[in-house]
Amino acid sequence: MSTTPVTSPVDPEQQLRQMTRRSFATGGIAALVGTTGLWWLKSAKLDDGISWPLRKVLQFNERVSQAYFGPDRLAPTFDISRAREPRVNGQIGLKKSVDLARWRIDVLSPGEKLVVERSLPMGAIHDLPRFEMVTEFKCVEGWSQVVQWAGARLSDFIEKYGHETPFIGLTTPDRKYYVGLDRASAMHSQSLLAYEMNGEPLTPGHGAPLRLVCPLKYGVKSIKQIGAIQFANHRPADYWAERGYDWYLGH
Amino acid sequence: MRHLEHKHPRPIRWMHWLNVVLLSGMIWSGLLIYWANDVYNVRVGRRVLFHFFPDWFYTGLGLNARLAEGMAWHFFFMWGFALNGLAYVGYTLISGEWRHLVPTRKSFREAWVVVLHDLHLSKVEPPKRKFNAAQQFAYTGVILMGGGSLLTGLAIYKPVQFAWLTNALGGYEWARLEHFALTVGYVLFFLMHITQVIRSGWSNFAAMVCGYELSAEVPQPMTVVRSPVVSQETHLEQKVAEDAKVEEAAELTPAK
Repeated sequence: MSTTPVTSPVDPEQQLRQMTRRSFATGGIAALVGTTGLWWLKSAKLDDGISWPLRKVLQFNERVSQAYFGPDRLAPTFDISRAREPRVNGQIGLKKSVDLARWRIDVLSPGEKLVVERSLPMGAIHDLPRFEMVTEFKCVEGWSQVVQWAGARLSDFIEKYGHETPFIGLTTPDRKYYVGLDRASAMHSQSLLAYEMNGEPLTPGHGAPLRLVCPLKYGVKSIKQIGAIQFANHRPADYWAERGYDWYLGH
Repeated sequence: MRHLEHKHPRPIRWMHWLNVVLLSGMIWSGLLIYWANDVYNVRVGRRVLFHFFPDWFYTGLGLNARLAEGMAWHFFFMWGFALNGLAYVGYTLISGEWRHLVPTRKSFREAWVVVLHDLHLSKVEPPKRKFNAAQQFAYTGVILMGGGSLLTGLAIYKPVQFAWLTNALGGYEWARLEHFALTVGYVLFFLMHITQVIRSGWSNFAAMVCGYELSAEVPQPMTVVRSPVVSQETHLEQKVAEDAKVEEAAELTPAK
């Protein structure tokens, strides 16, 4: 505020009234500008279910997260006594019953055209080294559950059958549900291709015969009933990211 | 004649009002997220006294089925909320404003006097200062709560990269509850704050907008008001000038 002396004495009450008026006017303009900004942010053109500036913010947050990401940082693990059955939440693309013997996991090569390079039986997954972990399954809705999982590391699968692409996409056999992963998360030691949950083979509702479990992401990324794994140079489509959610969803 | 008193520095006023928008945005988007798993209750034994929240609350405010939107807004406003909060703390430290805001050992006693007075249980007047002890506890407390929201928020936003923090807060589920409880705390703070602002009257409120308030006491009638706006800066300038004169005089005195 100005401290210049004035020559004529001014009535302080009048002066305060004037200053208050001016400040309220400034505040009013600021509020108007702010409201307009927020309104624009809300009603800007949609980019996959959310206004594009908000999508940009999510992508900015992703870059910040990736800059801080440590491949050696682990999701906390728990004593097996705390493991319980998680809720069955996602049913999209799931079959009610599956024929284990005839199940195939298609490996798709990178490129514009989807080419099936390999079609692997479940045996190929069981032949990979088996790992067990008890981690917290965290749903994007906000609930969480400690669960025990057993399966092969996605990183082992990628090294044996895959390519060095920056992205990996996974889909159900009917392609109705699909998720995309960045390579760092896919190669993480706790990203499992799981076939057992809490000591039992998976049930169809929990993703039999093979599901992803990625404790570095919200549960929506842990796709059930994997029918195809695609190696991609571009960001693979992601079911929930197309419906307004962040693509990365990394923890 | 009454004179104008500088009460709230401009940066504090701007950050205060900006925070109104940011915190409202955080709470609103937080509710959009919480809706998806609204599990918290206030219980006595098994009896649920209050469920956060009844259906009418969500439908009334239009909060249903907007999780994705809520997350996007929450992770947008978080930057503003964090930066504004850090700027506020930084400013109060550098400017010395924190001296008005942080309670001291003597404040407990005084805060009790304020509480009794405001509840009309005692006639003992609280001291007339910029902020009384009860205000100091409230305003410092709510800043600490802001820090708590940032930490508990980070713990549930990145529970793997910041697993040490999540663990320190008692794990993922505890951190989520703490994050929620702090929000309830803001609402309680807000209700108390609004009540007190209304009780204090218009000029106190207007001072948070324009920064100045008329002095309560009437100074000696012969006082010449050099400047209509006697700010702390002016006092400081005068003080510095006086100090300089003293130093000058000291230098001119011949050493014996």
